[in-house]
Amino acid sequence: MMNAITLFGLCGPALVGLGLFGLITNPQPVRKILAFNILGSGTFLLFGVIARRGAAAGLDGDPVPQALVITGIVVAFAATAMAIALLLRLFEETGRASLNSSNPNNASETTDAS
Amino acid sequence: MTLTFIFNVVLVALLLTVATWIIVARAAFSAAVAFVAYGLLLALVWVELSAIDVALTEAAIGSGVTGMLLLGAASRLRETEATAVPAGRPLTSAVAVLCALIAAGLAAIVLFPPSIVFTLAPQAMARLPESGLGNPVAGVLFVYRAFDTLLEKVVLVLALVSVWSLAPDRFWGGVPGLHVYQQPNSVLTLLAQLLAPLGIVMGIYMFWTGANNPGGAFQGGTVLAAMWVLVMIAGLQNVPSTDRRALRYLVVLGPSIFLTIGLAGFLLANGFLAYPPGYAKPLIIVAEAALTLSIGVTLGLLTAGPPERVAR
Repeated sequence: MMNAITLFGLCGPALVGLGLFGLITNPQPVRKILAFNILGSGTFLLFGVIARRGAAAGLDGDPVPQALVITGIVVAFAATAMAIALLLRLFEETGRASLNSSNPNNASETTDAS
Repeated sequence: MTLTFIFNVVLVALLLTVATWIIVARAAFSAAVAFVAYGLLLALVWVELSAIDVALTEAAIGSGVTGMLLLGAASRLRETEATAVPAGRPLTSAVAVLCALIAAGLAAIVLFPPSIVFTLAPQAMARLPESGLGNPVAGVLFVYRAFDTLLEKVVLVLALVSVWSLAPDRFWGGVPGLHVYQQPNSVLTLLAQLLAPLGIVMGIYMFWTGANNPGGAFQGGTVLAAMWVLVMIAGLQNVPSTDRRALRYLVVLGPSIFLTIGLAGFLLANGFLAYPPGYAKPLIIVAEAALTLSIGVTLGLLTAGPPERVAR
């Protein structure tokens, strides 16, 4: 019989898989940032399930992984803010928002710049 | 099958549906809107996992502030979407198979956990009363793993420095490019006027109660940041230029005070970030108060983005 904790525990890996898929296959950087955040939240959820299974000493969960997840959410936010700022600057400079260097338009732009 | 279990099944189904939509949606903007909903659903999952502190952080940061940044970016980049070349079908299928394998591997860990349950809860609780804190998560953040928490605050300051550094040279020290919707008598203006005072009280309460109950400097600071951004967007207060000295002092105030308390541990206690016996709670409250303010200002400025106008 599956309990709720196992259910959430299986949700975490599913989110990691979905996030990783989006991160690799989606060509738009902003979608990659979104997928990266889903991948991260799946990892956090796995931590949360480990914390919940470690319930002891009158607590409903191990506070150590919970605190690690809080730190993780903050650092993921800092990385996201940084990535978005980089992306918007790239768009301002080149008028494009793509990581694809084999694009012919981009190739001529880079030669002009150098 | 209890009612709670059915609720949890529906919650997980919704969460996975929204996550899939975020990955496959055609427009980046609708994916970003879905991301806000995703964060709130995830916060509910954290509540169900009895991690209220994490739920508050996820709702405030994961959904709220990150969502706002992504919405802004998606709306600015809308015109570039048509030119993006999607990955080929063989590659997509190969990646899908590999990602499914990784997910299955992680799921196996969940389904077949080691027979010994690893937990640090008894150790965390054993000496928690000495710190005077009642919230074990706050205890881990500010007593056992205070160095991590200090570095986490420094990461935020570094993120702000990096974001500001991405401004073109001529705008350095200028005004961030936050979009302001100044319409007197609009619903937004009324909301900013009504919600901001309540939100500020709530933010301070969340920091204050964090010592003994779920909450803390981070969650409180995020609420303060949200109120500040709301007031700026409604045009009730000007977006400050980033060369304002007071603003910069506020950004580093929290980490500096926390670092000072940490260094004082060498003299007054037995090492870096150690608290002298009996003074742990007051020192943590002082550090948290300063951090709440700094986090509020730093997150507000990160949301406002790099300078895009020259200061007048």
